[in-house]
Order: sequence, then structure tokens, then C-alpha cells
Amino acid sequence: MKAKEPKKRKEKKKAEMPVPEADLDNYMEPGPEAAQTLEAEKSPPGRTGLRASLDFKARGEPFVWIMGGALALGVLMIIGFLALVLWNGIVTFYPGPVEVVTLKNGQRIAGEPFRSESFRPSDEQLKGVDPESRRAIREADGFASRTLYRIGNFDIYNEDFKWAVAHQVARTETPPGIFFVERREWGPFIGFIKTLTLDGRRIPGEKVSLDALYAAHDEAVDRREAVREIEVDEIGAINYYIEEDRLALRRTELDYGKNSAEYRTEKEKFERQTKERRAGFAVLKKRISAINQEDEKYKITLTEIGGREKRLRLSEIVRLYPANNLSLFGKIGVYFSRWGEFLTDDPREANTEGGVLPAIFGTVMMTLLMVVFVAPFGVVTALYLREYAKQGTLVSIVRICVNNLAGVPSIVYGVFGLGFFAYTIGIRIDQLFYPEKLPNPTFGTGGLLWASLTLALLTVPVVIVATEEALAAVPRSMREGSLACGASKWQTIRNIVLPQAMPGIMTGLILAMARGAGEVAPLMLVGVVKLAPELPFDSFFPFLHPERSFMHLGFHVYDVGFQSRNSEAGKPMVFVTTLLLITIIAFMNAFAIMVRNRLRRKFVEGQF
Amino acid sequence: MVSNAVMSEQEAEFETTAYHPVESELGSVIDIENFSFWYSEKQALFDNTMKIQKELVTALIGPSGCGKSTLLRALNRMNDLIDGIRSEGKIAIEGTDIHDPRVEVIELRKRLGMVFQKPNPFPMSIFENVVYPLRVDGIRDRNLLEETCERSLRDAALWDEVSDRLQDNALGLSGGQQQRLCIARAIASEPEIILMDEPCSALDPIATARIEDLIAQLKENFSIVIVTHNMQQAARVSDNTAFMFLGRLIEYGETKKIFMNPMNVRTSDYITGRFG
Ligand SMILES: Nc1ncnc2c1ncn2[C@@H]1O[C@H](COP(=O)(O)OP(=O)(O)OP(=O)(O)O)[C@@H](O)[C@H]1O
Ligand SMILES: [Mg+2]
Repeated sequence: MKAKEPKKRKEKKKAEMPVPEADLDNYMEPGPEAAQTLEAEKSPPGRTGLRASLDFKARGEPFVWIMGGALALGVLMIIGFLALVLWNGIVTFYPGPVEVVTLKNGQRIAGEPFRSESFRPSDEQLKGVDPESRRAIREADGFASRTLYRIGNFDIYNEDFKWAVAHQVARTETPPGIFFVERREWGPFIGFIKTLTLDGRRIPGEKVSLDALYAAHDEAVDRREAVREIEVDEIGAINYYIEEDRLALRRTELDYGKNSAEYRTEKEKFERQTKERRAGFAVLKKRISAINQEDEKYKITLTEIGGREKRLRLSEIVRLYPANNLSLFGKIGVYFSRWGEFLTDDPREANTEGGVLPAIFGTVMMTLLMVVFVAPFGVVTALYLREYAKQGTLVSIVRICVNNLAGVPSIVYGVFGLGFFAYTIGIRIDQLFYPEKLPNPTFGTGGLLWASLTLALLTVPVVIVATEEALAAVPRSMREGSLACGASKWQTIRNIVLPQAMPGIMTGLILAMARGAGEVAPLMLVGVVKLAPELPFDSFFPFLHPERSFMHLGFHVYDVGFQSRNSEAGKPMVFVTTLLLITIIAFMNAFAIMVRNRLRRKFVEGQF
Repeated sequence: MVSNAVMSEQEAEFETTAYHPVESELGSVIDIENFSFWYSEKQALFDNTMKIQKELVTALIGPSGCGKSTLLRALNRMNDLIDGIRSEGKIAIEGTDIHDPRVEVIELRKRLGMVFQKPNPFPMSIFENVVYPLRVDGIRDRNLLEETCERSLRDAALWDEVSDRLQDNALGLSGGQQQRLCIARAIASEPEIILMDEPCSALDPIATARIEDLIAQLKENFSIVIVTHNMQQAARVSDNTAFMFLGRLIEYGETKKIFMNPMNVRTSDYITGRFG
């Protein structure tokens, strides 16, 4: 009631004293003097009317509403997106129950319920349906509901998912003995344990104790790890050294020719060394086969719901748990064990399973390298443009070009990166420094270095613009103060201007970093691969290998989401990976913002 | 008022400077001869000639826009930062022409300390602020820096207030303290001349009084040129006063005479507040 009153009063006044339009024009155009004469001439009521009509515009309330609305919409979309990613990303790894559905036609499906939806069955589909369900469907405007089950056992069924339509379901159970078995290959197996063979002894499924199973499984995993370690680390090292020797030999050949004495001695040395090294192989192979023999004694036989059997070694299993017989504690255990695997392991099964550690490595390393390139380059460019270049048409054109660079599609940068960095510069580098490896390219193909440089090029406009703004914002009085002290221009820039512009420059870098870390398209051309054989960082000198191709979380999302055999199966992984990517970017940004705030605190104006 | 100014401009062309400064025993420090100055097309100074006396305080007064700052900034070639400037005539400091191509502008500026209208301490510690002119000279000797810092701060009458927090950020000082810090900075490298462009305009009366005391002390060792809008201040602190109008030096003479008994009618108009 109260709030309404003033409005009413205003309206009344307006009604009493309509404002002549000509008056308004007079008021607007000739400026304050005219307003004064207007005031003198007009009787007081006319003036009041004038003010009432201006009030609306003057207060700008509609604009505030529009601005508020736009903000709310933006925030809503961002929150919606983040919530979607966050929720899906967080729940994905939580183990669900396994339901066994018996259809009315006798068929049985066992699987994790994946999602439910209502759909409109076609007449064809409605044919064999009993009258009761038919009526129910008719009452629901022709809609029926169905549930998608993740049934696993891809090697047996040739599909990952199956729909169960509600009206066809006779009953749904959750048998306590059913297991969810994640395998290293073929995806999960859902079914019962028929027999377990431990050290050659067969134990029937009913008598298997969970503790013994888990213990045996842990041992099997240790054996698998041991084999892997030998294969990757030790055999890998031998191969690495043999390759080094071969390259050294090839280098001698290139330097001195095939018939030289140097080559011959070198070749002799190479053959002798390689022989010694190869001897190492035999030892390692023996160790591996010993472990494998031991491993053969630990096997498990599983039966799926239809009774078909599958026999596999315990070491082929990543994780197994009785899905319907799991305490909350057990579920949380599975949940975190899955996160652990995700964050610290290599991917399996065409990236749809396993971990993303190489991709995390690749993303972080590439982003950091990009910042290392883009920061000095952008800052120096902006310094020249703003401080040294003579401000004129040319500089304006350059500036416009730089700003427009931000609008070039990123894939174009990818093409440029590949064509210029890899195929032009890279090939020259190979010819000059790595002739012994040719025709295998070293730098002459996509890799971490070229990807970072391409992204640096992509994000440099952001840094230049931000730096220029920051430089322009340094008060003139500071520069003059420094120059008046006898400092040279460069000293002034170094000691006074740059430190003060630093927070602004950091803002630019933060924006560039976020843009660069989330970019995928150009990377596919300049070095990101689906599965990198090696990390760009290892224990062999020079430790960082910027020429290697690498994995990237953004590309991983694309690959799993759109390039895998079943997009439905990849979906959870897409969300988890997106969540991870966003989290990593957020962390890097938070760090940069912290640094910036520390800098900024130094420059707060004092009170006086 | 508008018509008055137009008339004055025409008259001003034929004006000769009323010239009666007190002479220092040490002679003059800056000789300005027929100096004219242009900002692109706009001429800001017209044919000014004056000798600024050594170890005296010279006040520049005049209505806003008359070219006081331009003249002051011409002395340490601060105007060089602006595009499209041009000058004629000669300015010599202790006999050296400052526009001589052999003169390094950086070396020149080290001989003239400058204090600006708005205090402009750098966002560093108080200590670093004061020794900044020495730092840019590449001086690293800690003892020398500390000595200079203390001496300059004492000369600027700030030592007692900040001696225990030299490492604090200078932006945390009050406005008056900041201005005295800027003075300390200006005298740290022991210049011969201090240029001050309305150093007290952002300060309250107490801070202003302190700076005025300071000027009286500094005059023992330095020649000071101060631009001010405050007549009383000019009268209090200066030995000689120059009255400028529309880029011309109208009267340059002993402060007492200028304020008690100006020779030019325009000077007396300005001083008595009849225009400007
Ligand atoms: N950077 C510039 N470019 C062009 N014209 C300028 C520039 N700076 C000053 N001027 C002009 O030169 C004339 C003298 O300016 P100056 O700043 O020297 O006046 P001032 O006497 O210091 O005035 P105030 O007392 O207001 O500080 C003014 O007409 C001004 O408009
Ligand atoms: Mg001025």
C-alpha cells in the first residue's frame, strides 16, 4: 500500500499538467542558460510537470532492470552448465546396483540401470502387448516408459546397452550374488562367479569368500604391475639405449661415410653393445614368463545371466565387487578407487576406460609452456606498441590487426602451426640437428612445442590488448616523476611502469591461459593424439621432450564423446573429463589470481 | 571579462618586460633568452627573457593557462615528452645551452630536481623512493644510499616522521608527507636547482606551512623556481617574482616591489585580484 502511494501522486500530477513537447525540446537543446530563462518564464506548475516526465529517464530504472536481467540470465546459464558437469562428473563413479529383469517373454537382462525415459511406442511395438498394459499406455496419451541397462559382457552380447520397456517387464530383482567385474579388456562383465581357481585349486562359486577373492586379486594385480614394469621400464630402457646406439652409428655414417675407419670401429662397437643389450632381453623375458606361469594358476570362471561362461585370469580384472551386496562403506571405497584409477592411470579400451594421467600431464605442460612463450612475446609487443612506436596510422592499423587476430577461427591457427612450425621450421631443425633419425621426423611433425607455440600465437592478442591497457593505465605523473629524477625511458619503464602494469598483464595472461587450456581444434593438427606412446616427460635426458606428441583433456573429451564405439558408454567419461579439465583450469587461474592480488596489494593508493 | 582579455592580447605584443630582480651575489643560474615555445600550432610562450638568480627563490605567478608550467617544464626539457613541440631562443644553465645536441637530457634532469603539483611517490618503500635518483645512476653502495636517504629526508623535514618505517610502502603516507617525500627525492641527487609546480595545491594549510618553511631552508643550498597560484605564498617564500600573462613575461622583479608597488598595471590588477 505504502509503496504505491508516491506513484499515484506522480500520475495525478502528470495528468493535471501535461508537458508541452516543445518545452521539452527547448530544455534539451540550448543548454542550461535556456533552462534558466525557461524557469523564469514558466509558472511553477509547468516546471514540476517537466521534472516528473524526466524522472523516468533520469533514474534509468529500465536499464537497471535490463542489466540485472542480462546478468541473471548469464549467471543462470553458467550455473546450469557447471551444475550439469559437476553433478554428472561426481556421480559417474558411484557404483549402482545390478538389476536382473525378467521380461514377459522369458528373456532375462542383467545390468546397471543407466537412465529412464518415457517414449511413444509405435503400433508395431504395441502388437504383442497384453490388453491391460495397452490400456495403461492409452491412458498415458500413448506414452510408455523404458529403462536403459548397461549390460556389459560386450564380448558375448555384442552390445553394451539394452532397453527394458516397462510393460514388458515381468519382474525385477537384485540378486545378492551378482558381481560387477571390470576387466582390462571388453569392458565390464556382469554375472555370477562359477568357480575360482587359486593356485590350481578349484573352489566352487558358493564357497568363495570375498576376502580370499580380494586378496588373490590384489596379488594378481601386483603380478600384472610387475610384468608391466619389466615391459615398459626395463625393456623400454634397453630399447632406448639400442636406439641411441643406432643413431650414434648412423651419425658416424653420415659424418664420415660408410667406408671410413671411424664407421667401421663404430659399427663394431655397436654390434658388440647391441648383443650385450639383447642378452638383457632374454633375462627379462624369462622373468616375465615365470610370472605369467604363476599367473595362470589364478583364474576365475564367470557366468552371465543367460548361463554362458567366461574364464579369465584374475590379473585381467581391474576391479570386482558384489554390486547388490555392498555396504555404503564398500561403495565409497569403490568410488574413490575409481577416481584414483582415473587420475593416476593410463587409458584403456580406446580411452573409454581407465585413467587420464597422460592427458592431465599434456594439458598442464602445454598450458604452462604456452604461458612461457606468450607472456614475454605479448608483453614486449605491447610495450613497443604503446611506449616506443610513434602513435599514428600505422600503429593503429597494427592494433586493429592484432585485435582482429582474436576472431580468426582457431583451426586456422592449427593449419598455420602445422604448416609453418612443423613442416617449415621443424623439418629444417631435423635436417640440421637430427639427420640420423630421418626419415622419422623429430620436430618435423606435431608435438608439444609446436602446440604450445600455436596456442601462444592464438592467445597473444589477448595478452597484447590487456598489456596495452595496463600500460596506458599507469598514471602519467609516475612516468614524469621518474623521468624528472634523471631516469632514462627504459629505466622508467622497467622500474615504474612495468611493475605497476603487472596486475593488468597478469589478468591478460589469466584470460589467455583459460582460452588456451580449453582449446582443442588447432591442437588436433599440431601434436595432440588419441593415445601418446610416451609422456613428454621422462627419466631420459633431457627429461622434457617438447618434440613428442601428447594427450590433452579437451581432445580426450572429443575423442571419447564422439569417436568411441558407443557414445552412450563414453558419456560418463566425457563428463568426468570435462569436470577435471575445468577443475585444472580453475586451479591454474586461482594460482595466477593469487599472484596478481599479491602484486596489486602493493599498489593500493594511500589515503590522504 | 572576455573582451578585456582580447584587448590585452593585442596590447601584450608591444609590451616590454618590467625588469627589476634582486641580484644574487652568486650571479644567475638560469639564463633564458628570447625563449618562445609552441605546442604543435599553438604558441604557448612568447619571447621570454629572464635571469633566474642563484640560491634565491623565484616565484612564477599568473593566471591559469599563461604558460607557467610550460616555462618551468622547458627548463628540464620535460616538454620533450610531448609530440610536436618546437622552441626558439636559448635557455642556459650555468652557461650551458640545454638544447645543445651534446647535452644528455638525462644528465640535465639530474641537475634539476622537480616537484609536481600532485604528490607522485612511486609504489615502493619510502627508502627506495628517496634513493631512486641514485638507483638509476647505478649506485649500489648501501652506506651511501642510507646516508643520502637520511640526509634528504632530514632536509625535507620528514625524517622524524618516517625514520622507523623506511621499508613501508610510500603510498601509505599522508598527502603532505608524500609531497615532502617527493621533495626529498628531488634533492636526493643534490641537484643545483629545484623546480616546483604548485607543490602545495593538494595540501592543507598546515602541510603547506611546513613546505614553505622547508623552501626557506632549502634556499641555503639550492636555487628554487616555484609556480604558485597563491599570492601570499609567493610573497612569503620568494625573493624574486615573475608575473606571466598569455605566454609573456610581464614583470620580473623583487617580490616586495611586485607586491607593494608593481611597475606594470596588469601586474597590479592581477595581484589585487581584479582579474585572473
Ligand atoms: N600538451 C599540451 N598540448 C597543447 N597545448 C598545451 C599543452 N599543455 C599546455 N598547453 C597550452 O599551453 C598554454 C599554457 O599552459 P600551461 O600549462 O603552461 O599553463 P599554466 O600557466 O601552468 O596554467 P595553470 O596555472 O592552470 O597550471 C595553455 O593555453 C594550454 O592550453
Ligand atoms: Mg600549470
